[in-house]
Amino acid sequence: MSEVERHSYDVVVIGAGGAGLRAAIEARTRGLRTAVVCKSLFGKAHTVMAEGGIAASMGNVNSQDSWKVHFRDTMRGGKFLNHWRMAELHAKEAPDRVWELESWGALFDRTADGRISQRNFGGHEYPRLAHVGDRTGLELIRTLQQQIVALQQQDEREFGDPEARLKVFQECTITRLLTVPDAGSDTGNRITGAFGYWRESGRFTVFDAPAVVLATGGIGKGFKVTSNSWEYTGDGQALALLAGAPLINMEFVQFHPTGMVWPPSVKGILVTESVRGDGGVLLNSEGKRFMFDYIPDVFKEKYAKSEAEGDRWYTDQENNKRPPELLPRDEVARAINSEVKAGRGSPHGGVFLTVVGRMAGGTEEIRRKLPSMYHQFKELADVDITAEAMEVGPTCHYVMGGIAVDPDTAATPGVLGLYAAGEVAGGMHGSNRLGGNSLSDLLVFGRRAGEHAARYAEALGEERREAAPEQIDAAAAEALAPFATESAENPYTVHQELQQTMNDLVGIIRREGEMAEALTRLEELKARAAKAGVEGHRQYNPGWHLALDLRNMLLVCECVARSALERQESRGGHTRDDFPAMSPQWRRVVLACSIADPDAEHLSVTLTRSEAVPMRADLLELFERDELKKYLTDAELPGEDG
Amino acid sequence: MSYKADFRIWRGDVDGGELRDFKVEVNEGEVVLDIIHRLQATQAPDLAVRWNCKAGKCGSCSAEINGRPRLLCMTRMSTFAPEEVVTVTPMRTFPVIRDLVTDVSFNYAKARQVPSFTPPADLKPGEYRMQQVDVERSQEFRKCIECFLCQNTCHVIRDFEDNKAAFSGPRFLMRIAELDMHPLDVADRQKAAQEEHGLGLCNITKCCTDVCPENIHITDNALIPMKERVADRKYDPLVWLGNKIRRRGSGD
Repeated sequence: MSEVERHSYDVVVIGAGGAGLRAAIEARTRGLRTAVVCKSLFGKAHTVMAEGGIAASMGNVNSQDSWKVHFRDTMRGGKFLNHWRMAELHAKEAPDRVWELESWGALFDRTADGRISQRNFGGHEYPRLAHVGDRTGLELIRTLQQQIVALQQQDEREFGDPEARLKVFQECTITRLLTVPDAGSDTGNRITGAFGYWRESGRFTVFDAPAVVLATGGIGKGFKVTSNSWEYTGDGQALALLAGAPLINMEFVQFHPTGMVWPPSVKGILVTESVRGDGGVLLNSEGKRFMFDYIPDVFKEKYAKSEAEGDRWYTDQENNKRPPELLPRDEVARAINSEVKAGRGSPHGGVFLTVVGRMAGGTEEIRRKLPSMYHQFKELADVDITAEAMEVGPTCHYVMGGIAVDPDTAATPGVLGLYAAGEVAGGMHGSNRLGGNSLSDLLVFGRRAGEHAARYAEALGEERREAAPEQIDAAAAEALAPFATESAENPYTVHQELQQTMNDLVGIIRREGEMAEALTRLEELKARAAKAGVEGHRQYNPGWHLALDLRNMLLVCECVARSALERQESRGGHTRDDFPAMSPQWRRVVLACSIADPDAEHLSVTLTRSEAVPMRADLLELFERDELKKYLTDAELPGEDG
Repeated sequence: MSYKADFRIWRGDVDGGELRDFKVEVNEGEVVLDIIHRLQATQAPDLAVRWNCKAGKCGSCSAEINGRPRLLCMTRMSTFAPEEVVTVTPMRTFPVIRDLVTDVSFNYAKARQVPSFTPPADLKPGEYRMQQVDVERSQEFRKCIECFLCQNTCHVIRDFEDNKAAFSGPRFLMRIAELDMHPLDVADRQKAAQEEHGLGLCNITKCCTDVCPENIHITDNALIPMKERVADRKYDPLVWLGNKIRRRGSGD
């Protein structure tokens, strides 16, 4: 075996966004030696991009809010495909996770009586999002980062070494999880650690650990128009697949309705939903507020029928219904898509979103409530949002699917010692995530993953297994392959073609023939990616890094395309032109992706079906029977008197 | 709308390097980072650059463009004439790793030296009460995206390497000011600012404010008030004590 740098920890967290940092804080607070490994610099994770807020039913603005209302909204937003237990835990624990941030130094915007202010958002019945202007994600990441520093300062006082029990390994990319077969588990594998490389030097490193938490985020870089940063290459999903843990619900990809559409170089950058939560409206080229034409039957009773009623709702929510601009994201994205297709779009292929004249405090209020948006449009598009409309269109934003996990412990059913939290995990958001439910998801399940990874490692004690040397050698050989390739493919070109393929053929509106075509093209791209070669040496070489990321993107994109082709209905973030209706039978179907032979030269994904766990009776009772009828099969419905 | 621009980019590593010339396509609406990416995809696949969000929110792509510290993702090509040569170099204050990537670990070390937020011992999560007007000043400082351009441009360390040990730089002096102005922080920040973080070395030339991509008034709102607090207290410790007691009272 080649000599490789080794680090030994109790818990290794991969990813340093909201979920990863919260998991690490939990594991370390429980006294375990914890490492955080991340691709970027500490504090730069994609969580900083979150704008609108953290959903938590604290009831600071409307005291009628409660976890039950939040739970209902979350299930409705996900069109009842959510794992109800995750939605329940999330709704119950989110307030504590927000208050905890405040005790670590977060400074949220305030209500008049000095509590945390909460704002309206799509799909949420009451004002529910704790926020800091439109830069809530930055506040979250900085607070967690500073809490990690606080724990390190404690360790410095106690042990004379700030990194005694919690260390961040930044700009380090993990390419394989290390496992051994485990006779004691029917699942097959047990974690022994992780293998990766330092971006700076290109040298390899091994983390020996019995417990690994995956918190690597999403997959948006597989698509051309996306709000996601370069890091979102599906690493955690691919690592899990390769280690033997399945992915579920991968057909559900959220296209955020409002991304920038112009200039081309910023196409896809997010325009926060707070713009609509704070009064902004969507207009087509005829100046019409078109969302009133797109309220689906399942939501008819919940939304305003006239502009006047919708406008009154902002100040009087007791007596009015909310405007349809605040429908869940999947509905709004499809509506914009339809308007543009019907020829009523804006000059650059989007629609108009405006806050001009929509806030009582005028220009000053716009700049105070939406400072980042003001800045972003001014700097990048020469648009003054206090005087002009923005042009917006759908952008690939979030993947609802992900690694299958146990709702309570965040443990993967496939691999002993492997946990997942945040966007990389599946189930919580069903077929469509509500805005604001992501940051709370990160904190609730990040903490749970950290806790249970710590408990597992602790219970294991000294009974740890070593990584197999041949597995480390194989991982090293795989990572070095791009340097050995002759007549090489350009990894940047392969990446661009992948993005174009997913955008054109597995995008917001899907058709059978196109998805089959996508799968054919993905096979070709896989073959080309295997030949991707790089110039130069291993020190900070972005071409090499991309060549390695391609494996992950291609695997997760194949999962998306295969699952999407299989599911013959339309629901949330999965819209089939050829199967436009939502089907109660399909609601019960969970599609899972796995890899039969992770060591094969040619990796391919297989799909299996399983049945969703039926919702607990006391949670079913939170809904009217008439509403449940829209989603559930007759057999699933509670009795008439229930 | 497209044209071919002349770029000069510093390429090299810790052992040295040089400016290299490139001719590269530029399209309407693009920023400097788009051009760097085009160079990676077409001419220099191993050109090293840090970036994440490409939307001015993460503070990763800091560098110097025509000598001025800036974010690559927020510098539009339309700010240059088509015939102008655009020179891109790494931040000068930090050791270079490769090409445009520098070793910014100095900043993480300094961050760790600032004692963390210290709330009153008896205050439980969920019980915090603060007025918007009282949190706004610290909120301004928390807009910081940690691009470290202020640290890079501050001549106290840019031109005097020896000062690095004694001076935490504008970003972390501002962090101390943020905590000092937090309505519920009870730790003494002022003595440490002066004695351990080198507040006295700052001579308020406002270079940090000039380069801040978040337009934070670092000098006027953080550093000068902090200097005033330190000065007041030197003359009268009771001023400090009085401030703390009054501010805690207003949080109830």
